[in-house]
Amino acid sequence: MTLFNMTDVTVRLGGATILGNVTMSMEAGEIVTIVGPNGSGKSTLLRVLVGALAPNTGQLTKRDGLRIGYVPQRLQLDPTLPMTVTRMLRLRRKVGRPEIDAALSRAGIPELAKRQMSALSGGQFQRVMLARALLGSPELLILDEATAGLDQRGTAAFYQQIERVRTELGCGVLMVSHDLHVVMSASDRVICLNGHICCQGAPSHVASAPEYRALFGEGTKGALALYAHHHTHSHTTEAAE
Amino acid sequence: MSFLDDFIMRAILAGIGLALAAAPLGCFVVWRRMAYFGDATAHAAILGVALSLTFSVSVFAGVLVVSLVMALTVSSLSGRDFAMDTMLGVLAHSALAFGLVAASFLVGVRIDLMAYLFGDILAVMPADLAVIWGGAAVVIGLVVWRWSSLLTATLNTDLAYAEGVDPKREQLVLTFALAIVVAVAIKVVGALLITAMLIIPAATARSFSRTPEIMALLAAGIGAGAVISGVRASYHFDTPTGPTIVCVTALLFVTSISLTGLARRSSQKKGA
Repeated sequence: MTLFNMTDVTVRLGGATILGNVTMSMEAGEIVTIVGPNGSGKSTLLRVLVGALAPNTGQLTKRDGLRIGYVPQRLQLDPTLPMTVTRMLRLRRKVGRPEIDAALSRAGIPELAKRQMSALSGGQFQRVMLARALLGSPELLILDEATAGLDQRGTAAFYQQIERVRTELGCGVLMVSHDLHVVMSASDRVICLNGHICCQGAPSHVASAPEYRALFGEGTKGALALYAHHHTHSHTTEAAE
Repeated sequence: MSFLDDFIMRAILAGIGLALAAAPLGCFVVWRRMAYFGDATAHAAILGVALSLTFSVSVFAGVLVVSLVMALTVSSLSGRDFAMDTMLGVLAHSALAFGLVAASFLVGVRIDLMAYLFGDILAVMPADLAVIWGGAAVVIGLVVWRWSSLLTATLNTDLAYAEGVDPKREQLVLTFALAIVVAVAIKVVGALLITAMLIIPAATARSFSRTPEIMALLAAGIGAGAVISGVRASYHFDTPTGPTIVCVTALLFVTSISLTGLARRSSQKKGA
């Protein structure tokens, strides 16, 4: 079952083409990861999907009533805004204690319900956002660099959690990530983006594709690419994030 | 003889009306870092006063319209070439300066500028009270109705879009509510101190609050308490009433941060 179809989507911001003729779709239950250097339009693509940005040209059709759970990138809560974890989960939905406890356990943080958001670590914070997204029983879970700022172990644990969630809920997962080596192994399909789709396919296919290597270097399965984000080459367009 | 015949009672009721409307809105001003935005809107009120006296319309209506225009202008300018605080600084102070110059052109009408700059709460009439409480009811209703959408839009704009909330619409709601509060407050604390009534009670409530709702309710209580003690103190010491109310909120704020500091130090000692 197709969750959404994106056809020839182009986004221009301030005269620069951020995304050019991007065509992609996703099936239910699929884990798709978008990789690409800084400014390659990864976040822009997600913003088009959640409806925060309208494409200049091209078409986006979502399945009727598609429920999207969105975990934004590095959400900053202003320190003047008091917020408990429970209140955060109840912000948009009237949910009871059992649902909240279930969502928190599913996100791997059953003990945090009463804590202040400002007292959480980066990893705990992202898991609360995950729990919040899960409360809407999403058919499509969208994560924008959800592990930015986490260490390697935290990152690996987070992606294992995502895979468990996918198995339990059967939802599609679309992620943007910099943590190539971890992400590649956890994904069904990888899309390499640099203003346009350079290449896509199974992780092993993408890792050996010349377009991908040109962007991320020759590191084993992209592990070295973690340290080569900023390098540019002839492939780079004038794209900006 | 009704209790509204007493000018002290009318002053207290007017102040409480303002405090109740300013509290939830002030929380958003603090959370969204819109303090300067509040200033710009409030300073435009003086221009509104001058225009309403020129065209002989009600001061409330004139201030409401001019503040709304200013607030909408500021909203639409955000994200342009200048840093927002520069833009707001330009607008806030030019609005005030143009307002003062415009007021000086008024011939035949002697206006008491001090009353509009710092409020004239002791001169509040029963008709003013109706306007103040009516405006406060609209603002409170608006904020309560949009509460969860406003909070979501405050957290993150992309998250808001993903959850079916249009952050631009919520910004408009706040803009409109702010213009009403300014129009309501001009008689109570005046154009220069409106932002104080928005920000100080909310900031004072912050350290005692676990959720946004508690913060808004506490801010309302703190604001109302400051009005009551401020009006009494100004009567007792024969000081200007609007500024006295703001002084009380400021003292409460200092007390709250000192208490929080003490509590933190003692809990650290326990932990050591």
